[in-house]
Amino acid sequence: MVKIKVVVCIKQVPGTTDIHIDPQTNTLVREGVENIINPFDNYALEEGVRLKEKSEEISQTVALTMGPPQAEQILKDALSVGMDEAVLLSDREFAGADTWATAVTLAAAVKKIGDAGLVIFGKQTLDGDTGQVGPEFAQRMHMPFIGYVSKICKLDRKSIQAERLMEHGYEIIEAQLPAAISVVKDINEPRVPSLRGKMKAKKMEIPVWDRHHIGLDAEQVGLSGSFTQVVKVFTPQSKHEVMMLEGSTAEQVEKLFGKLKQLNVVQGA
Amino acid sequence: MDIKVFKDKCTGCKLCQKVCFYDAVDIKDKMAYINENCILCGACIEVCKFDAIEIKEQAPDMDFTDHRGIMVYLETHDGRVLDSGFELLSEANKLKKDLDTPLYALVVGNICQDEAKKAFRYGADWVYAAMHAVFENHFDDIYSKVLVKTIKKVKPDIFLGAATPFGRTLIPKVAAILKTGLTADCTGLAIDSQSKLLKQTRPTFGGNVLATIVCKKTRPQMATVRPHVMEKIEIDAPKQGQFKEIKIQPGHYGTQYKMTGTDKKQEESINLSDYEVIVAGGRGLGEGKNFSMLKELSEVLGAGLGASRAAVDSGWISYPHQVGQTGKTVNPKIYIACGISGAIQHLAGMQTSDIIVAINKDAAAPIFKVANYGIVGDVFEVVPKLIERIKSGKPLIE
Repeated sequence: MVKIKVVVCIKQVPGTTDIHIDPQTNTLVREGVENIINPFDNYALEEGVRLKEKSEEISQTVALTMGPPQAEQILKDALSVGMDEAVLLSDREFAGADTWATAVTLAAAVKKIGDAGLVIFGKQTLDGDTGQVGPEFAQRMHMPFIGYVSKICKLDRKSIQAERLMEHGYEIIEAQLPAAISVVKDINEPRVPSLRGKMKAKKMEIPVWDRHHIGLDAEQVGLSGSFTQVVKVFTPQSKHEVMMLEGSTAEQVEKLFGKLKQLNVVQGA
Repeated sequence: MDIKVFKDKCTGCKLCQKVCFYDAVDIKDKMAYINENCILCGACIEVCKFDAIEIKEQAPDMDFTDHRGIMVYLETHDGRVLDSGFELLSEANKLKKDLDTPLYALVVGNICQDEAKKAFRYGADWVYAAMHAVFENHFDDIYSKVLVKTIKKVKPDIFLGAATPFGRTLIPKVAAILKTGLTADCTGLAIDSQSKLLKQTRPTFGGNVLATIVCKKTRPQMATVRPHVMEKIEIDAPKQGQFKEIKIQPGHYGTQYKMTGTDKKQEESINLSDYEVIVAGGRGLGEGKNFSMLKELSEVLGAGLGASRAAVDSGWISYPHQVGQTGKTVNPKIYIACGISGAIQHLAGMQTSDIIVAINKDAAAPIFKVANYGIVGDVFEVVPKLIERIKSGKPLIE
């Protein structure tokens, strides 16, 4: 049996969620916002690098992203923290992709990369917040999927055992490889790139694949390949004014108690 | 690309670039170019003063008249239907009035019939129940099989499920098998009066931007909905609808997974979304042992115990308690933030709570911007007094 590759799927996002519309000009305020690696994906990258460091079973780690040509930067960042290879999926026809079209595109690329035993995602992205691409990707690849992984207990060429964080506590689940997982922040502490890592990343050429490289039809990618469509984007109305409860501590607490009583949370005089 | 900029009309004024949420407009030689980031949301078209941008409509919509009704998936745990499912049924019961269609509940789990029939109390016309020990473990392959089978048979127009950790794993899998559109973690649902499409509104950018999404091309239109956003409404005199038991032959429900262990011995207050009230602490608590004070407050209030990232990263409390972008998203009726400054990442996880109470010594803390009631004060004075007040039931001042 051949050694496995670990593929980590990452996304470039605006470096803040503090994005809002200026009510006067109706324009977007995003001054000084840089594009960064989706913060959740740093845990996915770190886990990929650690798995390779620990295990003889892994031949290579590959960082994969879909995005505009500028997204090359986050792949450089991924290489600088220790990923072996990187691939950029970039094509104007990928534009407008929903989670399904994204999953289809990533799946085609992972197939082309070949020998992927484990595919790691961050739990969700900072901008889209959906967390849907991982499970949809896994289904497209007919792989098992373990979401919200907080610890990889065991990984060999055949199987993975991982601890996942569910609503009511932790569960330890085992699945056969190839498999896909999404990881939460608890899993590790991402490293800072070393100077040597940065130098190495700078020199490396990153291949750019378009739709034709991964053998997809125009109807399968971008908006054409998407089932859902955004029809409106807007900022929520700020709902209220805060009511400050003033006075001495005793008076403040008394007022708060009154409010909690109105809300039926507490009882008493 | 289905978006086009007319060269003769575009002046390169950059207005479209400014309104674009996705950094999808490049300006070169006084002309706008749309790049790969574009999701065709149309914000640029609305703002353009020169009608220089156009999105070409897709091919005519397909005929979906054979799909009728709304189906709600009810998740179960330890033999009980989760409240998030009843909330969704209540919301679907409102939506169905705009569509004049039946409401189906689909209950899956290792549960009894009486538990499944509770769905009638929240407006279900039909209850489909898959009740079997094979559903004891929450494995997405086993569950997806029964969901897909039922959806294919009943052909609902709309399918809804709660955005719990399991729901957010299972439902994307089901959508991918059915090859239909799915919108994640919605906070608002409505029926478009003309097209009758389900308008699915969800927060993005950590809740600072809302997006409304539709699914025109495929059926069912699927969405996961954030727990506790919708209100659970029990019907006064529920009519007894149709109850259908889905026969389960265990041999057909094989799995790729193996459960090798669970750890449920965690502290009780771990499942934050179970609680209508959450008490949460942050950096202002100073050190880990001070969380015992908040624990006491949470106990007298019957509340869950949450924390900011700062508190978790300092090792004062375990990660499952973390609320915010890298932790959990919660929507309790009341969220009491103690010594939490309200970093944008924290607000992303709790700002849709019905009522927010903030206790912080810094009057300028951003938490007060989202709070309904604010107390500027020392948490070490306010919280013990509040505990005392609740326990004694007697006013602190005459």
